[in-house]
Amino acid sequence: MVTSILPLNVTDAVVRRRGKTLLGPVSTTVSDSGLSIVMGPNGAGKTTLLRLLHGMERVSGGGSLQWQIPEEDARALQAFVFQSPIMMRRTALDNVAYPLMTHGVSKKDARSRAAEWLERVGLADSAQKQATVLSGGERQKLALARALIRKPEILFLDEPCANLDGRATREFETLLMQAFKDGTRVVMSTHDIGQARRLAEDVWFIHHGQILEQTPAAEFFASPKTSEARAFLKGDIVE
Amino acid sequence: MAAKGAGRREGHQSGCMNEILAGLLEAGRLILTLDADLIEISLRSLQVTLTAVAVSSAIGLPLGCWLAVRRFRFRRFVIATLNALMGLPPVVVGLIVYLLLSRAGPFGVFGLLFTPTAMIIAQVIILTPLIASISHQAIRELWAQYHDLLISLNTTRWQRIATLLWDGRRALLTASLAGFGRGIGEVGAIMIVGGNIDHATRVLTTAISLETGKGNFSLALALGFVLIGLAVVVNLLIHTLSRTEVSGRW
Repeated sequence: MVTSILPLNVTDAVVRRRGKTLLGPVSTTVSDSGLSIVMGPNGAGKTTLLRLLHGMERVSGGGSLQWQIPEEDARALQAFVFQSPIMMRRTALDNVAYPLMTHGVSKKDARSRAAEWLERVGLADSAQKQATVLSGGERQKLALARALIRKPEILFLDEPCANLDGRATREFETLLMQAFKDGTRVVMSTHDIGQARRLAEDVWFIHHGQILEQTPAAEFFASPKTSEARAFLKGDIVE
Repeated sequence: MAAKGAGRREGHQSGCMNEILAGLLEAGRLILTLDADLIEISLRSLQVTLTAVAVSSAIGLPLGCWLAVRRFRFRRFVIATLNALMGLPPVVVGLIVYLLLSRAGPFGVFGLLFTPTAMIIAQVIILTPLIASISHQAIRELWAQYHDLLISLNTTRWQRIATLLWDGRRALLTASLAGFGRGIGEVGAIMIVGGNIDHATRVLTTAISLETGKGNFSLALALGFVLIGLAVVVNLLIHTLSRTEVSGRW
């Protein structure tokens, strides 16, 4: 039996930077399946929460992140897609192959698996192009392929469609749903309410560094519990 | 001697233009006839500076990269020192290397003074801070761009450095070329430690200096044009080989 890294238990995690509390204290459990959408106004701490879960932020003051297996091993089974995709100065193919090449896969095997992934995300024709000349939508699809190539158990996405137009967003969502159906746990932030309605199984609503709600999507959109979430869904400006 | 030169210039306004023209013609003649002395000193210039650039790059490029990636206590101080050392006066470097390598100096037993090796040592000292500093600037930008991705992918420190060196190779090439530019035209240090000995340590810059001193302006100018041509050719050659200017590549 393969041990899963999930569920992840978060206890009283606080993120501080230069004496300012950006997030927390947050206590929650990330279950072993599902597609969670993190919502909240700008500066609420969506990005910080995702980075915290991914282990890219130091936990200050006593809190902890508890995976089911040791943290170093759990790192290998997670992936992150950033808001603005980071394109390495290499071909699209080598960008996708990079995570494999840094983790013991031979160049040849890494490239052939990267080619399969480019095919899947519809970028096969761009394999030999420099990644830096790709369009915004292509870049984000490339970043998704690069994140998925090591078969992560959990995938974090930080507003991946924030800079994409309608068509690119739809293509990206289709690919994401495919990964989800293939068994990847997804945690994604967005402030596009329509996108949240389309994708979410459950919604985490964040405000002022606190998780105010963590409820199934249907329930959240029908009757949000907190006044902040109600205002946010109505389209009011939440400060 | 400087006063005499100035007098000549004032006396013969048109003579000046004639000298440049004569220099060009002489340069053409020297190159077309494959003048043995010219080829010898040009090759020695290249040998000394290219070796120095290779050694300095081997030290300076990883050092610059390491300084960009690694956080440690005296980092700022080291970087400031490196930047300051970019302006090292070659004559002073030459003097210090001279004293170190001279018979009575600590490395005198190796008998390196007045050899091309001594010139290479002096140039390595001059070029390394320059190459390290420029590569540090370039890699720091690339690192800012790659930081989150490489952390997220759980890469080791050496993988990060290797990735940055490889992906930043064109910027690093510029650092090495800047080093080459400074080295090939440098005269102060190699004059002192090399001694400008005919058929042993004479290079283009020291030969120009000598011929100018002798009042042999057209030959000095000819050598000058050859030197400029050499620098341009080496730069173009490296750019062509590395395809830096091919369009579509960032």
